[in-house]
Amino acid sequence: MLRVICFILLAIAAVVVIRVPFAAAEDACIDCHKSLREERLNRPAFKIKNDYHLARGLGCHSCHGGDQTALDNKAQAHSPAKGFLGKPKRHAIPEACGRCHSDPSYMRQFNPSIRTDQVKEYYTSVHGKRLRDGDQKVAVCISCHDVHAIRAVKDQMAWTYPTNVAETCGGCHGNAEYMKPYKIPTDQLEKYKQSVHYETLTKRADLASPTCSSCHGSHGAAPPGVDSVANVCSHCHVATAELFAKSPHSSAFADLGMPACVTCHSNHDIAPPSEAMLGGGEGTPCATCHEASSAPLKKAAELRTMIEGLAGRIDQATATLTRAEHAGMEIGAPKFELIAANESLIKARAAVHSLDVEQIKTATDSGLDVAQKSLESGQGLLSEVQFRRKGLAASMLIIIAVLVGLFLKIREVDRRKRLD
Amino acid sequence: MTGVRITAWLEERIDLWPLRHFIGKKVIPVHRHTVWYYFGGMTLFLFAIQVATGILLTLYYRPSGEEAYESVQFIMTDVQFGWLVRSIHSWSANLMVLMLMIHMFSVYLTQAYRKPRELTWVTGMLLFGIVLFFGFSGYLLPWNVLSYFATKVGTEIAGQFPLVGHTLMRLLRGGDEVTGATVSRFYGIHIAILPALMTAILTLHLFLVQKQGMSVPPAIEQAHRGQPLKTMPFFPNFLLRDLFGWFVTLGLLAALAALSPWELGQKADPFAPAPAGIRPEWYFVFMFQSLKYIPAKIGPFEGEVLGVLGFSLGGLLLLLIPFLDKKSAVGEPSPLFRSIGIGIIAYIVIFTLLGYLAPSVK
Repeated sequence: MLRVICFILLAIAAVVVIRVPFAAAEDACIDCHKSLREERLNRPAFKIKNDYHLARGLGCHSCHGGDQTALDNKAQAHSPAKGFLGKPKRHAIPEACGRCHSDPSYMRQFNPSIRTDQVKEYYTSVHGKRLRDGDQKVAVCISCHDVHAIRAVKDQMAWTYPTNVAETCGGCHGNAEYMKPYKIPTDQLEKYKQSVHYETLTKRADLASPTCSSCHGSHGAAPPGVDSVANVCSHCHVATAELFAKSPHSSAFADLGMPACVTCHSNHDIAPPSEAMLGGGEGTPCATCHEASSAPLKKAAELRTMIEGLAGRIDQATATLTRAEHAGMEIGAPKFELIAANESLIKARAAVHSLDVEQIKTATDSGLDVAQKSLESGQGLLSEVQFRRKGLAASMLIIIAVLVGLFLKIREVDRRKRLD
Repeated sequence: MTGVRITAWLEERIDLWPLRHFIGKKVIPVHRHTVWYYFGGMTLFLFAIQVATGILLTLYYRPSGEEAYESVQFIMTDVQFGWLVRSIHSWSANLMVLMLMIHMFSVYLTQAYRKPRELTWVTGMLLFGIVLFFGFSGYLLPWNVLSYFATKVGTEIAGQFPLVGHTLMRLLRGGDEVTGATVSRFYGIHIAILPALMTAILTLHLFLVQKQGMSVPPAIEQAHRGQPLKTMPFFPNFLLRDLFGWFVTLGLLAALAALSPWELGQKADPFAPAPAGIRPEWYFVFMFQSLKYIPAKIGPFEGEVLGVLGFSLGGLLLLLIPFLDKKSAVGEPSPLFRSIGIGIIAYIVIFTLLGYLAPSVK
């Protein structure tokens, strides 16, 4: 018995002894740094387990140099002869990352279609230019991609995943103290969070909705100039941009040096557009340039009335159809028809950018016809509900009368049977 | 007066005496379980409604992937009283399954399946299977999202059957996937094959019921040993009560159809992802929910395959109950089989409730 126990213990010991060097041989840097007391030194070793590079065999030594196989031998692991670089200086980080990321031949082995111009583009950005000028506070690669736990952009945990980008940029740009020397606003993040773009991106999970990098660029981040704002927005809002380009506003804005789009819609806190923006009321964009009671403001008010009329009719039709649906009616066909009215409303709203009253009227008139038909269908269905209920009441009266008759007949035949 | 003249006219040509004699002497035992006798007739009444409304629906329904949904939409919106016919068809189908279940379990618990009524039980069980298949095939016919995915899941489960599963699934679907071909196939099954089978077996079932009369539970028989049981004439006393129940059901159907017309939903889109909370018709939910609880692997076997085999075996045992329950065959109460019956009812009720209250369990 004792011999069996000794054998088992020896076997366990052998397994432990054999396993430890092999496990350690995977990356001596991680093993050693994990055991260090100072958080500054052990944190990278713990963080790196989620790193995209490590998963592809690129460990600490790929960026820091040194000998990752030198277990319990700090001198050899950190030997300059082994290429040890230590912690790269901040200004050297883009170049350090670029050693691999700017090398198409090297990157091809991981992803044949990956871009390799990020470093070049970075130096065209405000960040890159200032870094070259010696500003050590500006964003470098690790500011946006994290360090030691770098994840792919498609990874939802990545700082660069579309829904996380605003917080990543806001980490610096929303920090008033940090941004003090640059004398630029720091409310962009707060404003962006109130925008329709943020809502679409986060609440409707539409990853195509713009975040900071969609308008400012990522590696080449810079504020779009007055002339290029319309181009930035037209990247998504193609039809609207075309209508605006043909409008009298287009040349007027250019002459006055006012940026297109943002003059009326603002930039970071873009609210969902509505008819309320049109006309001469307080806070409307039109009133910021046009005088009260002026012809352009009257025209804007006219457009607003037309669009509000269509929107109101669609709302009315939708509410009526919803009531009919809740009453159990089949509303598939009128609901489908109402889509055309909504499309007309979208067209009319977009056509506002052209300031062409005829074009807008054509869209609203066609939408009104459809919405009116849907409304009438809904009203017809509600009348049908009333008809059905009256029919039910009438048939219930007949059924109850038959039941009373049957009850009396049952009593009669039972009584007759008892007498028999 | 006209009725008398018609009867006299018929009497001159056909001898109606045997029929009148049979109806005149047919009696129904009266005891504390008499109420259960009404459920068979109620199921038959609902089946008659199914046949009548089903025939009307065939006038407008088009069994293809392209037209099925639109034709039901047309029935619901444009056909005069089409909504009423379709809603009554759907509601009465569900009520019929419920009544049939009550009828089946009341027969089971009162041991009415015992000798000499084994064949009545067996034909009844076959009718139950046919009715379930009626429900399964009819559910797909509107070709909406829910029916599409429920059929997809249902036929996949049938495909788990060992050896013949894949063939059975292809046979049901009319191909590898649920498509318009499945609709055409299910329609044929729903309006031709199943009604033919139903008519034949139902005729035999009703013949046996009339031939053997109503069964009295063994406990009642023992309590009245030596004394004749109180009875009630079938005509008109019992039939009038039956009629009373049928009119109550008719009122219920009218109210359900008018106040809660059967929904049509969205048209099926085979390329769309399955919506959350897909489940079959309520009478299949207990099986569907049970399969969710079975682990993917049980030893070397697929969990779902074992589940499907288990249900098939359970159905077979239920079919053979009259031959397994030896005590009831000699007219004695059979507590073991009674407990099994109560256990099956409890299982069906609990797992059906779980299917609706805990749908996220996987």
